[in-house]
Amino acid sequence: MNEKKELNEKESLLLQPSHPVGIVGYGAYIPRYRLPAKEISRVWTNGMGGTPIVEKSVPGLDEDVATMSIEAARNALARANIDSSKIRAVWVGSESHPYAVKPTSTIVAEALGIVPHTQAADWEFACKAGTEAMIAAIGLVGSRMARYALAIGMDTAQGRPGDALEYTAAAGGAAYLIGPADEALAVIDHTYSYVTDTPDFWRRAYQKYPEHGQRFTGEPAYFKHITSAAQTMMEFTGTTAQDFKYAVFHQPNIKFPKRVAAKLGFTPEQIAPGLLVPMIGNTYSGAAIIGLTGILDIAEPGDRVLMVSFGSGAGSDAFDIRITEKILNRRDRAPGTKAYIARRTEIDYAMYVRMRRKLVMR
Amino acid sequence: MEIARHWRLKKQRYALVGEVCPHCHAKLFPPRDVCPECGGEAKTPYTFSGRGKVYSHTTIYNAPEGFQEFAPYTVALVKLEEGPMVTAQLTDLGDQEVEIGMPVEMVTRRLRTDGDERGLLVYGYKFRPLELYQVAAAD
Repeated sequence: MNEKKELNEKESLLLQPSHPVGIVGYGAYIPRYRLPAKEISRVWTNGMGGTPIVEKSVPGLDEDVATMSIEAARNALARANIDSSKIRAVWVGSESHPYAVKPTSTIVAEALGIVPHTQAADWEFACKAGTEAMIAAIGLVGSRMARYALAIGMDTAQGRPGDALEYTAAAGGAAYLIGPADEALAVIDHTYSYVTDTPDFWRRAYQKYPEHGQRFTGEPAYFKHITSAAQTMMEFTGTTAQDFKYAVFHQPNIKFPKRVAAKLGFTPEQIAPGLLVPMIGNTYSGAAIIGLTGILDIAEPGDRVLMVSFGSGAGSDAFDIRITEKILNRRDRAPGTKAYIARRTEIDYAMYVRMRRKLVMR
Repeated sequence: MEIARHWRLKKQRYALVGEVCPHCHAKLFPPRDVCPECGGEAKTPYTFSGRGKVYSHTTIYNAPEGFQEFAPYTVALVKLEEGPMVTAQLTDLGDQEVEIGMPVEMVTRRLRTDGDERGLLVYGYKFRPLELYQVAAAD
């Protein structure tokens, strides 16, 4: 009796919809410009500093979170092949919304023909705004308030010139169309969220660049929250790292996700397809979920995937995902994430400064 | 400040929504409610595929007001798959040379700011080289 009660309490910590839901369509977006980390090192450390990644993606002059979200969402809808007017929520998670006040989500909803019978809102939770929007979408669909909800995580991340974050602060993200499990290319069986007030990284109002707690961003922030979320999820679902074919974690650099994966018992092979940070950088709200698109592009029916995001401030969302046979004929309906990574134009620091509008023109 | 005009044009600008003539099935862009082919009334909305080919192009070095920050940029006449010709900027060219007949696809991008940095952001269609594959398979 006591054992059963204890189990129920544990189960109640998992977020589980009353009706099963999953991913009906997904889409990635990465801008075409790349700034090599060695170019930043050349400018700021005379080429003597270490580089945390190979290169990062940089948005074009005419790109922002709205335009990038539109393309990712078009890819998600192309894969889902549903009538966009059936979508009842458009939620965009980002820390670089183009406006301080005026939703990104209404622009995206309008461009995709989802208006006017829909919810629309912008979300913010540092790097986990995208998975927050996904879990809210799971709730909306899982309660049958809506048949479909669109959740997006997208950023054109800011890094102070010369700061450690400038090497990695990149642009990109992904869109997920959440719908009923029987239409899904991947079923989301459970999610679990772990959140505390931990001041590892922030950006005050009207400030251009964020502040961070240097090494404080590691142990008490990234590692504590991701391991707690992943371990609790695995404990409550009775799984270990071996039960998952793939895992993907928030990826602010190469070192952190590799170390957290090893700590949780995952092999380098399990995280390789979702570890995109070396070639595109840290896409903030998009980082974990664009990694998941890399996995969905190659996964087979029956594969189980663990995704754990991390947002500074701080928290982690863990997802227990099961791939279905519907993946097979849907994934080729839109460009794969590798195609976006391969589409690449290298720029130098001067062009980067222009493209990120760091020059005072008047 | 042209808020009303930007708002009125949003569907055609964001998603290439034109019209299809119910009489002769000609596709119209921009939407004009009267078919230029048969003269009949044509008010049925039609979303274009966004695919087309470069018919001609030129590069702008001395840009008009509102577009200076993007110069130099390339403007093209794009012949859409469905027939109409549209004028639009090309984007995401990287180091690529533009050629007549080059296949392109529509993307929604930031066109300009209405006024200064306090003004409305204006979004609309541009075209880029068709290089990311797109396969339309049946489920």
